[in-house]
Amino acid sequence: MDFRFDEDQELLQTTVRDFLEGEITAEVVRGLWETKTARSPELWKTLAEIGLPGMLVPEEHGGMGMDEVDFVLLLEETGRAGLAEPIVATAAVAAPMLRGVGGDLAKQWLPKIATGDAIVAVGHPSLPFVEDAHVADLLLLPAGDELHAVLAADVEITEQPTNDPSRRIASVSFAAAEGTRIASGADAAQLWETAFDRGALACAAQALGACDRMLQIAVEYTSERKQFGKPIGSFQAVKHHLAAVKVKLEYARPVVQRAAHSVASGSAKRGLHVSMAKLVACEAAVFGAKQTLQCHGAIGYTWEQDLHVWMRRAWSLDRSWGRSPAHLARVRAAILEPDARLGAGTTFSNA
Amino acid sequence: MDLTFTREQDGFRAEARAWLGAHVPGEPLRSFDTAEGAKQHREWEAILNGGGWAMVPWPVEYGGRGANLLEWLIFEEEYYRAGAPKRINQNGIFLLGPTIMEYGTPEQKARFLPKMASSEEVWVQGWSEPNAGSDMANIQTTAIRDGDHFIVNGQKTWASRGAFGDWLFGMFRTDPESERHKGLTFILAPLDLPGITVRPIEQLDGLPGFAEVFFDDVRVPVEHQLGEEGQGWQVAMSTAGFERGLMLRSPARFQDTARRLVELYRANAADVEDAIRDEVARCWIGAEAYTLETFRTVSRLLAGGKIGAESSLNKIFWSELDLRMHELALEILGDRGDLLPGAPAAEGVGSWLDGYLFALSGPIYAGTNEIQRNIISERLLGMPR
Repeated sequence: MDFRFDEDQELLQTTVRDFLEGEITAEVVRGLWETKTARSPELWKTLAEIGLPGMLVPEEHGGMGMDEVDFVLLLEETGRAGLAEPIVATAAVAAPMLRGVGGDLAKQWLPKIATGDAIVAVGHPSLPFVEDAHVADLLLLPAGDELHAVLAADVEITEQPTNDPSRRIASVSFAAAEGTRIASGADAAQLWETAFDRGALACAAQALGACDRMLQIAVEYTSERKQFGKPIGSFQAVKHHLAAVKVKLEYARPVVQRAAHSVASGSAKRGLHVSMAKLVACEAAVFGAKQTLQCHGAIGYTWEQDLHVWMRRAWSLDRSWGRSPAHLARVRAAILEPDARLGAGTTFSNA
Repeated sequence: MDLTFTREQDGFRAEARAWLGAHVPGEPLRSFDTAEGAKQHREWEAILNGGGWAMVPWPVEYGGRGANLLEWLIFEEEYYRAGAPKRINQNGIFLLGPTIMEYGTPEQKARFLPKMASSEEVWVQGWSEPNAGSDMANIQTTAIRDGDHFIVNGQKTWASRGAFGDWLFGMFRTDPESERHKGLTFILAPLDLPGITVRPIEQLDGLPGFAEVFFDDVRVPVEHQLGEEGQGWQVAMSTAGFERGLMLRSPARFQDTARRLVELYRANAADVEDAIRDEVARCWIGAEAYTLETFRTVSRLLAGGKIGAESSLNKIFWSELDLRMHELALEILGDRGDLLPGAPAAEGVGSWLDGYLFALSGPIYAGTNEIQRNIISERLLGMPR
């Protein structure tokens, strides 16, 4: 039993944090908002140089060959940076899905994911829209109980603008054919199930980072801004708003990290652990958005102030890969099963 | 990251489970805030100590079994799983004990720890004073050096276990010219010294869980000073860290409450609103989160890390969770939630009402949650004072 990350994992986190701090500022994000896709092929290529898209791609396919425990700290950093590129869809969900499918499809696409030459989007059967479909080269899509891999040229995409200019989602339709089907029945169901867990886990990790960033912005602002002759951050009413966020954040983090471990190790409790993680991390982030906005006052309510770049990320992540009620339902179902093992000593048991 | 227990840890768990299974009293004891219950709890502690289980993380020479913090958490899980009695000497074993381990002289360790482990000496908290509650640095009770004694004058209040305890620990102002955090010294005093008057105070449940303690020219030997003279604040912060975090409130307690809450919900599911079901699930998640965070902290401590202001995060989290779980339980019980245990229709209501009254004290003791939020914002977030 050791809940710590190893030195290599922590070093990689620091490296990625420093790198993203240098590459992605609020100005960069705002600049991308003004583009047609809100995505930057150059930025994606740069991310590939440090291995991010191919983190879960096996080494034999040119990736980093890492697992979700290695990845979870880095995903948190992408959330802290406000990164909008399709890390969740392509790196966290599609890559392991393709690895699971195997064969020629994996051989063809995994190396391209690792080098940043392909973006793969995933349309989960339980979700109405497909994230990042507008920039995808390949889409993994459901048709009945089948899983299809469809080239961008063969799908019809209807973009659905959202409240977050960084979040690009679309309705996608395609003609399912023999040639596009890559799995069906139980195999497909298994792939969809793990895809859902991976997507939710990645969003949870990003939500932690977004929450932490909003706290940082609010601490800086309330330390500078003076009213009644003092920094407003010296007033307890303001302090307590942010302390409450810190409590939620620090108690969400180990839940997310444990979920990463459960996904990586294929635990039977994986789905339960991921849903807990998605729920508490997104709650922390959405709560963080509300509290940090309040601490800013009117300036926080402007388009000009950068806080809302992360507020919108928080809301987006809450809406991605299963809304909170769906995740709560999964937890509820698990603990209300008649033979559920609960109570002291059961947290780390896999039964 | 390795989230499995080793074979040794599983073996330790099995040993604790077997011993507790054979020794935990079948009938619940009376509250340790009654004379009869205090006696019962001391007897239980003697049995626990006889088996070597009173304080497993302590060295063998002081009545422990030299276990590490991880094994301590495992023991706690088994202790709650077995439904074993509450710990009457929690102020001693969980708070003062670790502080003596850190600051005590070899003589003090040998003098105090074994009798603490056995609960032959039950410890009383002497933190608050009439004018020093949240503003703890405003302590006014003086302990003036006179040869090899301190002469103590003043008053402590809200002294937990004061009614039936034996020894008191607290901070006293040894430099009468000093102000605030300076000039305070951590001192241990037996309550049977001449000049000490203990006046029990009934708590919200009607029992004397704490007391006022008056000092009138009380002579306390200087060898009962813990840590350096004038360094009382630093010593006390160490004690408070244990109180806010993993020693006094290890996760097993809340995992157990969450389990009982889920079971209560299941037994009454037909009669309660769906919204309550969701809240029950959230509480269960909260207990899991508290457990995970504690294991994460212990992993860090075992690798040589330190715990500081983070214990304020714990304090807020467990106290709010505990209160929420008890509020929900009473909602599930509906009209029966208000029944005292002896009421004719009280079958199946369990101890939730009593637990609720106790849970209400959680956001207050060990430093109010408002004080904890100040600490979090200033020391963890770096906000201005």
